[in-house]
Amino acid sequence: MLDDFFTRALLAGIGIAVLAGPLGCFVVWRRMAYFGDTMAHSALLGIALALLLQVNVTAGVFAVVAAVAIALLLLQRRRGLSTDSLLGILSHSALAVGLVLVAFMSWVRIDLTGLLFGDILAVSKTDIAVIFGGGAAVLALLAWLWRPLLAATVSEEVAEAEGMAPERARIVFMLMLAAVIAIAMKVVGILLITALLIIPAATARRFASTPEQMAVLAALTGGLAAAGGLFGSLEFDTPSGPSIVVAGLALFLLSLLPMPGANGRKEERR
Amino acid sequence: MPAENTLELPGQGTLVEMTDAGVRRNGRWLVRGVDLSVRRGEIVTLIGPNGSGKSTTARAAIGVLKTDEGRVRRAHDLVVGYVPQRLTIDPSLPLDVTRLMRLTAHASDEEIEAALEATGIAHLAREQAGTLSGGEFQRALLARAMLRKPDLLVLDEPVQGVDFAGELALYDLIKAIRDKTGCGILLISHDLHVVMAETDTVICLNGHVCCRGTPELVAASPEYINLFGGKAAQSLAVYRHHHDHTHLPDGRVRHADGTVTDHCTPEDGHHDHHDHTREEDHAR
Repeated sequence: MLDDFFTRALLAGIGIAVLAGPLGCFVVWRRMAYFGDTMAHSALLGIALALLLQVNVTAGVFAVVAAVAIALLLLQRRRGLSTDSLLGILSHSALAVGLVLVAFMSWVRIDLTGLLFGDILAVSKTDIAVIFGGGAAVLALLAWLWRPLLAATVSEEVAEAEGMAPERARIVFMLMLAAVIAIAMKVVGILLITALLIIPAATARRFASTPEQMAVLAALTGGLAAAGGLFGSLEFDTPSGPSIVVAGLALFLLSLLPMPGANGRKEERR
Repeated sequence: MPAENTLELPGQGTLVEMTDAGVRRNGRWLVRGVDLSVRRGEIVTLIGPNGSGKSTTARAAIGVLKTDEGRVRRAHDLVVGYVPQRLTIDPSLPLDVTRLMRLTAHASDEEIEAALEATGIAHLAREQAGTLSGGEFQRALLARAMLRKPDLLVLDEPVQGVDFAGELALYDLIKAIRDKTGCGILLISHDLHVVMAETDTVICLNGHVCCRGTPELVAASPEYINLFGGKAAQSLAVYRHHHDHTHLPDGRVRHADGTVTDHCTPEDGHHDHHDHTREEDHAR
């Protein structure tokens, strides 16, 4: 079954979407969309460095993305530049440095479009193993960390006062995000990973009344978008990443339609 | 959180103890020279004008802020329930009141129901926390902190946004929690002049500890009883006082008699007593 490239892509896409949904909820709740974007953009730098040093690409991407995230956390502590500006600098610099490095390395053939926008032909059996193995590990970690992470999302102060160690939760969350970026890169592409984190979460918001419901719904919506997008990609010969994002966008737009009984209604009460 | 200046308290009964503690941010002392302790079953109320360091002191006491000088000691395995001064829930986060109750506490449905009942918001159990009014949300936050069965309850302006009758009811509830569980309570009053009658110690801050004492002296104040009536006086006490000295920008202190000293301590002979009023504090 796994010999068919499309089955592999489908499994990979759905696996990634199910993983990205719950993590994406935290990205939305914590207003970290731009932060996630910055981390994803630095993935190209990770690829270039991994090729240069001849180490495993997924591991290289994870290391570089995690390093950028930790650097951001440290930079944020120094007052002066706003987080927004810092992210603006880091996000585009990381992408630019990555592109320049890749251009220099004339001895390796790199499919840049595939890296930036995803390529369903690129998913190997090993990738599937990495996605499901790594994904299961990340989801288990997230479940374990759920309570402190959610407490810190509502209030860092309350979490700190009540012994929830919000700093540790935040760092582990960054590492999980880095892991998702590293394993999602091939299918969705560097430029569009953040969309897979945010759009399903935003779609799920209206139908959820607890954080847990929203996380599950985001995973389901993401999976649906991945399947829809990949079929579209196969049918119309479009790049897989943008196709998945377009499918996700369509679901999001559908969720905006007026529907009786959805939670969005109740909130208009006041 | 094991900060270097945080040690565990060996003694029994004392939950938190600050000795000559100070917090500095961006080169400015927010609060300095604070001595404070909260014992089991004790209610300590912090009052003081805006920016006097009340919240800073409370946050340093529970380790949310690190102190830059002095010492903070907490009892071993201290369970804290905290109602912060401000808390906003991002509209993107779906969180009904029942789920909010379980944010950091492991509570059963019955316990949650009882806590919401006690704070008078049982009918809001299924509402989204973000849609509550200010007063309702304060009650929810108090219920949430209660549910942790804390040793130390830290309440930063717990009755803000609550109407007067509700305020009395919440103060009664806070007293009841103390009586029933024997926890210590560190309470910040949003009104400089009003503290709970059950308060054991009132500490007035103004960048440092200005004065401290029991509120009894004040509870009998005739102006207060005239204003709110005898029944209110059972739940609330007024603690009126003037600041007879001015803090100069360089940290020195000018007293009512015109002399200037480096510090202000009750012993330096420049303070008469605490029975005076500051106009700007009434402006709130």
